[in-house]
Amino acid sequence: MRDLAATAAPPLPALADKLKFYAIWVVVALVLLLLPKLFATGGSLTTFSLIGISIIFALSYNILLGQTGMLSFGHAVYYGLGGFLAIHAINIIGANKWPIPLPLVPLIGGVTGLFFAALIGWVSTQRSGTAFAMISLGLAELVASSALILRTFFGGEAGVSANRTKLLKVFGFNFGPQIQIYYLVAAWTLIAVIAMYALTRTPLGRMCNAVRDNPERVQFVGYDPHVVRYLAFCFAGFFAGIAGSLAAINFEIANSAYLGAVQSGTVLFAAYIGGIGFFIGPIVGAIFVTVLSLGLSDLTTVWQLYFGLFFIAVVMFAPGGITGLLMMHRPLIKAGMLTRMLPSYLIALLPTLALITGLMLAIETTVHYTVNPGEDPHVKAFGIPFNAASSITWLVAAALIVGGFALARISWRRTAHVWDETLTAARAKVHAT
Amino acid sequence: MSTAIELRGVEKSFGVTKVIQNVSLTVAQGERHALIGPNGAGKSTLFNLISGYMTPSAGSILLRDQTISGLRPYQINRRGLSRSFQVTNVFANMTVWENLRCAVLWATGHRYAFWKNVDKLPEVRQRTAEILQDIHLVGRRDVPAGLLTYAEQRALEIGITIAGGADVILLDEPTAGMSHAETERAVELIRRLTEGRTLLIVEHDMSVVFGLADRISVLVYGQIIASGTPEEIRGNPKVKEAYLGEEAA
Ligand SMILES: Nc1ncnc2c1ncn2[C@@H]1O[C@H](COP(=O)(O)OP(=O)(O)OP(=O)(O)O)[C@@H](O)[C@H]1O
Ligand SMILES: [Mg+2]
Repeated sequence: MRDLAATAAPPLPALADKLKFYAIWVVVALVLLLLPKLFATGGSLTTFSLIGISIIFALSYNILLGQTGMLSFGHAVYYGLGGFLAIHAINIIGANKWPIPLPLVPLIGGVTGLFFAALIGWVSTQRSGTAFAMISLGLAELVASSALILRTFFGGEAGVSANRTKLLKVFGFNFGPQIQIYYLVAAWTLIAVIAMYALTRTPLGRMCNAVRDNPERVQFVGYDPHVVRYLAFCFAGFFAGIAGSLAAINFEIANSAYLGAVQSGTVLFAAYIGGIGFFIGPIVGAIFVTVLSLGLSDLTTVWQLYFGLFFIAVVMFAPGGITGLLMMHRPLIKAGMLTRMLPSYLIALLPTLALITGLMLAIETTVHYTVNPGEDPHVKAFGIPFNAASSITWLVAAALIVGGFALARISWRRTAHVWDETLTAARAKVHAT
Repeated sequence: MSTAIELRGVEKSFGVTKVIQNVSLTVAQGERHALIGPNGAGKSTLFNLISGYMTPSAGSILLRDQTISGLRPYQINRRGLSRSFQVTNVFANMTVWENLRCAVLWATGHRYAFWKNVDKLPEVRQRTAEILQDIHLVGRRDVPAGLLTYAEQRALEIGITIAGGADVILLDEPTAGMSHAETERAVELIRRLTEGRTLLIVEHDMSVVFGLADRISVLVYGQIIASGTPEEIRGNPKVKEAYLGEEAA
């Protein structure tokens, strides 16, 4: 036998690369450990916990969308069922004084997610594409509506609550204070992220990519695309269940909103905005969306509207998401030519900001007249006061929108031109060296 | 000699049009068998039937004396039959290396494994590297398949087809659209890679057909009008009239 693997195959990572790789995880673990020392308020600890939960959830979603090419509108079902089972588990374990500590409860949620994914997925993954998306939507509606009917299990409108401090203490932690919950979430996030990353590097993970790219050809290299999709679905359900149970532990309650369409939509947003083509995309998206939704809801009453507009903008102008935008610049960074782009970016940014400001002004004025027209027109949005009744406000908004749009168009076209030139130059430079 | 593929009275209709009519065909083990015929004769459809992509309306198909008609494509592939496509059909967003590796994984027994690191499987690396070398794409290893040139994509198409180690290979116009030089290289490649295996090949280039095939079958309007050695086919008046014309005269 010829020993070609040594020459023709991609080189195995050298020791230095391996160490670098492990160092990244160690650094991440350290950052997670030290984060509460830097931001110690209860509010930021809650934010961090929510971010961790949404990272797990968004990554689990990307096993479907980004890795296997399955668009699901009902991923919250497995998140929610994991959450409910976790709450019931906490109550049962607490009442019976079973020696199961709180840190193991997410595993129960995960197995719940896995169980239901295994049950539902066999049917829904028979088909891909639109059929799968529609089935996922239908099933999500089914489960969400049964949550309001089966009151004994789902607790109706109010949901089911539990006391997480009633469980067996570990190392003196009773998991009452938020800081302890933060560490619990951080540990699970790290484990789940590593596990999901490892999954992408397995034969199954690679065949998921193959099914995403060309499900037809997969059949002619020995694989059943249905089984590949099904297994991906089971894994996605498992990790979604873990995320849901962590949310339930965090809030000490599970209610029908956990499995609803909004939750399913949010995870799609997070994964897509972050970038489904990269492993870290959904992580970026989860951080971004969580921070944005917490922050925006304080600043304006119609934050979901901005959210939707932003999502549309990403889909239209940056289909690779935030991570895709950043990764685009890698060749420039390698060639040390990033600075060539900065002037164009700055020039294009000004009219874009003007356009956005004009839009925001128009939106907030409209909101004033449609939502609470009788009230004082001196309103505040994003902390800035303005008079919604003044014609000057309207004129300014109109001018900003029209002028900003026109100038933004021209300047982004120019930027695109500069981009092409710079990229070509960067490629040539890297080639030459 | 034992038979590799056998078709018995196979028919295929799309709606009211019968595209394949009562086709019976035997391909012996180890034989290189060419399937020729005019455009629209049903050659690709016959491949689709044999490989399980479509099910015949009537008749039966056997692989090494076992019925395979009605089986799914992956089941047939696991029994050792692999096919290529007339229109390149690869994993466009994945690199050449990943494309070939996908075709190696099942055959090396790793199946749906989710507990192994795919980069560290020695036999997978070895086998993928061999195929990569065989199809002369070592220099293009890390290029996404979608960015390859046409001839390179055709080579990759053949690579994926043979990578699983199937011993019955179906190639659908592997040299279509290639220049003369590229065709020669591709034929050399096919000859080498199908050494000791059974080959059923659809090909329009008659020099390729007569140079490569041990036997030839001629399909016209969904029917096999002749089947035999290259000399027999060359001398067959029915074939001359229906297909070869002056070309081979
Ligand atoms: N899925 C289908 N549905 C309906 N008709 C089809 C289908 N596939 C093929 N046909 C028809 O069957 C006939 C045979 O097609 P096929 O592709 O098998 O021909 P071919 O011999 O491979 O031709 P070529 O040399 O052009 O590749 C054609 O008339 C085609 O239009
Ligand atoms: Mg054809």
